[in-house]
Amino acid sequence: MTAVIVGAEPQSLHAPTVIQRPEHTIEIVSDAGEGAQKCGQIFGAVSAKMGNGVWTVEIIPAEIQPPPRTADGASGNRIRIGTNAITNWGDETNLVVAFNEQVLLGRHRLGALASDAIVLLENSWATNPNPETRAAWDKALAELSAQSYRIIEVPMEQQCLTVDENPRKGKNMFVLGMLAYIYNRSVERIEEQIAYAFRKKSQEVYDKNISLLRLGMEWAAANLDFRIEVPTNPPAEALVVMNGNEALGMGALASGMEFGAMYPITHATSVSHYLAEVFSKFGGILHQAEDEIAAVGSAIGASYSGKVAFTITSGPGFALKTEFIGLAVMTETPLVIIDVQRGGPSTGLPTKVEQSDLLAAMFAEPGDAPRVVIAPSTIEECFHAVVTARQIAETFRMVVMVLSDANLSTGVQPFPRPQLKKEWFAPELDLAPVKEGQRAYEWDDQMGTSTRVIPGQPGGMFTVTGLSHDERSKVAYGAGIHQHSTTMRSRKLAVLQQTLLRPTIHGDQDGDLLVVGWGSTKGAIEEGVDRARAEGLRASSVHLTFLSPLQPGLKEMFSKFKKVMTVEINYSDQVGDPFITEENRRRGQLAMLLRAQTLCDVDCWTRVPGEPLRPGFIHKAIRDAVAAAGARS
Amino acid sequence: MTYCAILPVLDDDDREFALDDYEGAQARWCPGCGDHSILTAVEKLLVAEQLKPEQTMFVSGIGCSSRFPHYLKTYGFHGLHGRALPVATGIKLHRPDLDVFVVMGDGDCCSIGAAHWIHAIRYNMNMVALLLDNSIYGLTKKQTSPTTPQGFKTNTQPFGSFLPPLNPLTTTLGTTNVSFVAQTAEWVPAHLYATLRAAYRHPGFSFVRILQRCPMYTQGMYEEAVKNPAMMELLVHDDGVTAPELDRVYKNRVQHDPSDLDAARRLAEDMGHIRLGLFYKNEGRARYDLIRKVQKVSASDRMKLLDAELDHYAV
Ligand SMILES: Cc1ncc(C[n+]2csc(CCOP(=O)(O)OP(=O)(O)O)c2C)c(N)n1
Ligand code: SF4
Ligand SMILES: [Mg+2]
Repeated sequence: MTAVIVGAEPQSLHAPTVIQRPEHTIEIVSDAGEGAQKCGQIFGAVSAKMGNGVWTVEIIPAEIQPPPRTADGASGNRIRIGTNAITNWGDETNLVVAFNEQVLLGRHRLGALASDAIVLLENSWATNPNPETRAAWDKALAELSAQSYRIIEVPMEQQCLTVDENPRKGKNMFVLGMLAYIYNRSVERIEEQIAYAFRKKSQEVYDKNISLLRLGMEWAAANLDFRIEVPTNPPAEALVVMNGNEALGMGALASGMEFGAMYPITHATSVSHYLAEVFSKFGGILHQAEDEIAAVGSAIGASYSGKVAFTITSGPGFALKTEFIGLAVMTETPLVIIDVQRGGPSTGLPTKVEQSDLLAAMFAEPGDAPRVVIAPSTIEECFHAVVTARQIAETFRMVVMVLSDANLSTGVQPFPRPQLKKEWFAPELDLAPVKEGQRAYEWDDQMGTSTRVIPGQPGGMFTVTGLSHDERSKVAYGAGIHQHSTTMRSRKLAVLQQTLLRPTIHGDQDGDLLVVGWGSTKGAIEEGVDRARAEGLRASSVHLTFLSPLQPGLKEMFSKFKKVMTVEINYSDQVGDPFITEENRRRGQLAMLLRAQTLCDVDCWTRVPGEPLRPGFIHKAIRDAVAAAGARS
Repeated sequence: MTYCAILPVLDDDDREFALDDYEGAQARWCPGCGDHSILTAVEKLLVAEQLKPEQTMFVSGIGCSSRFPHYLKTYGFHGLHGRALPVATGIKLHRPDLDVFVVMGDGDCCSIGAAHWIHAIRYNMNMVALLLDNSIYGLTKKQTSPTTPQGFKTNTQPFGSFLPPLNPLTTTLGTTNVSFVAQTAEWVPAHLYATLRAAYRHPGFSFVRILQRCPMYTQGMYEEAVKNPAMMELLVHDDGVTAPELDRVYKNRVQHDPSDLDAARRLAEDMGHIRLGLFYKNEGRARYDLIRKVQKVSASDRMKLLDAELDHYAV
């Protein structure tokens, strides 16, 4: 049943019903360019500041300017807020504001909306002079009536026209006003946030936005019969709120690196946008190179000649960098590579999430090229991962890959304000003369590590080379030396592994099922596990930050569970699919790795929907897996 | 010295450098390979300019020519085929105090590395880029390169190279922000040296194409030119490359003002003559390394800035 309130004439509302919820998921969808994202970002930031747990994700159409009013063109923001910490984007949306019925339809068809979702829908289309538009409206509303949404028509355009002659420009602030009323958000904080978001625009623009905001609030107060309360829980400690890419960029600043190079590519670009604004203040250079090969090449050049440098990219760009990665490994030039993964292969799903670069990150280039791969699993970890990556790269003269993904890059989440440390900064260059008899690679047999010599140091004039070489960096093709140098480059990984902690288990130390994850899925997996445990299932999970080397203790840990299963956003053949057998089944990337490394029968549940995994789906996969484990034993 | 903030000791450096201070490993090119004379001329330049070995950086790609850094006792980076320029770009941006030389082959620079070449010209950072052009792929044994003459038989185009060769001079001269383009030949040492010196002294991206003999795979390609200086033309000008000792032998001389880009392009276009000299020079071009120069920021200032950054995102 669809209840319709026609909001044109104010209702005579006394006190609206206040709906209390421990959490609520809101989305704002529009055609691209109508500002739904900005509206959502401000709403999310203000909610976090007020003490709600928040997770925000962008809803991004694949094209820059998809045709207006199309189901595929939905663009916007999805904000999940809660009284407690929110660690992932959740399941279905409870309240949606749509700027037209077609983008709403797009979300409906994706199954993004809860069956009882409240919908605030721009209704100017219903009376549009174009009969086709009116017919499309009727058809869409008929389709939407399949669910029991509560659709509330809102005369957004009519209202906004009273402030601005171009309603396309101001609707988002009107909507923000409505949401501010519904969720009782602090107006001062919203105004602050608007001032920051439009800091590059004129006072006039700001004033207009504020008028629209107030208009939206007033309209909502006069016309809506409900409000929603998600109690806030003002944080005890200082928090910051940002998205994963801002956190990566800030991590680069906190690491003291001074050179980064990139070539624009979704989802990595916003890191560069952020750094482009601030990096020079920190004495840093962000170089937009002519392509990804040049980007990694110049980062290697900078790193070789001084402080550890970094390059940022996403899938296709990473593919181009691989030859240079081999060179960095061979010359033992420290390097940080950030790959914000997206859907692949090839150009794939440029705006969507996937975790399909794990094996490429580890093995992409020919030859034996050991390197470190770490994957932050929260926005907070995005920040710290870069600091850690820089330190490891420097200490071990190694390439360190940081694998983020589109879920983290566009997700916004509050986290404890980092307690900055000077030790995080790369040390100042020491150009002291090298010691007598210094060699280019004084491989320590125990550690594999060696001191790096940089240009400017008198006495150290070595020529590093990508050819096989001896300790003095002389080209050397002998079997013995190649065996030895390859061993030394590999040993560093083993040494690093010995310093790592056993990962901690979420849940009991033994049971029927252990779910293993990596990267951005942590929040959703743990929520799925918690739901399963609440039903009495004996499921736990463990999340790996280090993928290369793997953290210690996994085999022993796995042995305490009847079944071990990875949950990943990458492809695997599903048992029961045509032609799929135990022998030919292609498994999830982490599953492959764990099977090889632990000789345990690690199963996997992986999907490539182009969106983050929903905790509800993971919950169901856990139920199935526990049932299967039970049946087996 | 520009990096005195971190290296104060070298400011009153009174070391004197002789040839053997720059000599690295024994060169392993074929006997008679033109690369030997280029190495000799470069060493001579290093001595003449008294470049501090530890402040001098040679970056190369892969090829016979790219072995160059191994044969010097400066800092060297022998990287990937075609990718010397990106590495050099990173080094120069991060360490503007270093003197950077880039050594590339014709396959290296004009084929696999062509994108970087075009952009390096436009970046116009202060470095010397040497194209050791033997018109062939030497290291991989005689395949057609972009500069191989049409009809010249190689292992990949055994019936003769199919297309007219790419002209590295016009390509360079046609690129926005070009600032220094010269051509010289390894068998004319005085000219080679004078060209290298002018290139080194030019503040910007100095592109020098060095015609290089490869007795192994292109034997005879320049035989006549070597024997008969009358086949060659020298571009001369007060602002150009001068080597008075050549006056008696090289009688074909063209007055060319290196500030005249149109004339330079015309002269470079005509492949009928082998022309040595400075085609173009402009010290007024935008320089990416200067534009991107950053001030050092102390650790405590960074802490303050970071704190302020976090304030923007504070809840
Ligand atoms: C990516 C890559 N492709 C191909 C090669 C093989 N290769 C090595 S050197 C070379 C060409 C060398 O020719 P040139 O650059 O003219 O240098 P020369 O040896 O003539 O000095 C090629 C194709 C390589 N090393 N790397
Ligand atoms: S093959 Fe040619 S270019 Fe290479 S070293 Fe021999 S002569 Fe020189
Ligand atoms: Mg060649």
